[in-house]
Amino acid sequence: MFDYNFHWRPVMKSLPDLLEAGLLTLQVAALSMVIGIVIGIVLALIRMHMRGPLYWIATSWVELARNTPALFQLFFFGFGLGAFGLHLSPFLIVLAGLSFNCAGYLAENFRGGFQAVPDTQLRAARSLGMTAWQAYTRIVIPQVFRIVYHPLTNQLVWAVLMSSLGMLVGFRELSGETQFFASRTFRIFEYFAVTAVIYYVIVKFILGVSRLLAMRLFRY
Amino acid sequence: MIEIRGLEKYFGALQVLKGIDLDVEKGEVLSVIGASGSGKSTLLYCINGLEPIQKGTVLVDGTDVHAKTTDINKLRQKLGMVFQQWNSFPHLTALENVALAPKIVKGKAKSEARDIAEKQLRHVGLGDKLNVYPNNLSGGQQQRLAIARALAMEPEYMLFDEATSALDPELVGEVLDTMRLLAEEGMTMICVTHEMGFARDVSDRVAYFHQGVMDEIGPPDQIFGDAKSENTRKFLANVR
Repeated sequence: MFDYNFHWRPVMKSLPDLLEAGLLTLQVAALSMVIGIVIGIVLALIRMHMRGPLYWIATSWVELARNTPALFQLFFFGFGLGAFGLHLSPFLIVLAGLSFNCAGYLAENFRGGFQAVPDTQLRAARSLGMTAWQAYTRIVIPQVFRIVYHPLTNQLVWAVLMSSLGMLVGFRELSGETQFFASRTFRIFEYFAVTAVIYYVIVKFILGVSRLLAMRLFRY
Repeated sequence: MIEIRGLEKYFGALQVLKGIDLDVEKGEVLSVIGASGSGKSTLLYCINGLEPIQKGTVLVDGTDVHAKTTDINKLRQKLGMVFQQWNSFPHLTALENVALAPKIVKGKAKSEARDIAEKQLRHVGLGDKLNVYPNNLSGGQQQRLAIARALAMEPEYMLFDEATSALDPELVGEVLDTMRLLAEEGMTMICVTHEMGFARDVSDRVAYFHQGVMDEIGPPDQIFGDAKSENTRKFLANVR
């Protein structure tokens, strides 16, 4: 039917390198999620409780992150800042780009989460003598966390898959590494097929861990 | 002792409390009755500082609740509050609901907080529900949980904001019984309530609120038997 001969040996030889790159992918995605969660909560709170310049900064952030291609956001931190003489390492470009993007999406998730917890919960906590900080960290945020838990998992999966854009700014995460080997050996199909499997396994791993964690965390 | 002088409270342009003067002595049980929107719940929120006030003063044991220099979180430990929508914390078990504030607000050791919580849950008849999440409790049980949670801070005053009005009728009794128990133990209580039977039987005094004004205050016998104010009489005729 077609006369392409598969050669899997080169792929198998570089499998350890690919797996290592897969770990890097997971790391950069997880790290950008952590940063994204922290910034996302702050953006959500600003948008809910503040007016003025901070509100507009937060809103612009959310609008840009959600309504422009993630690739452009990555390019901004790479070539955009580069044009102003600020050169980040490929790792930092991807980390900053993904964090920017995640924070924007998560801000909206958190906003929904915060609004779903009744104000009366905060009042009840304050009436017991808790400080605002205690009331938020012990009463409100744990409930918000449950509401946004599954959207958070989705976002982490999305971050893993989106990190493949890193290849376009010279970052040798899983896709970048694959591209590197593929262009050296011309076994493009084989390399990307194996890499697809690795992505699949990473995502399934995340979903599995997330489900187990949910069973432990949410008993109510 | 709680001393309220010339208390005025606005929500925007709407004045909900129009100059309230009221003293509540230690050990007293005061019931506050009146139509919805008469300002009686807002009064409670002003007493524990959950709502800012525009004029007047609220003193709790001589401390000005609304003064900038007052440590409101410390003061609130004296003032237990029970809400209409019981507001149990859904992510915590009954025991954790009650033990949390003693632990993080009062700095009690974990085991001590647990003991306090267990004692208070038994006190309100929930000794067999320690590890149950609020979702698995009835409304009446959740409201008793809320009472235990407030009591665990060892408050000197208890403020009840229509503690039974969100409950199914058959569950009202168990909560009122718990409140009666507290009254018998000598707790100082301010109960905003629509339960006239409770107001008559348990209170030392009953206050009638009408459109942001305390129209009348007196012993239950007088309020229910021989009210001076026309408004009070009309209100009582309607609810009975």
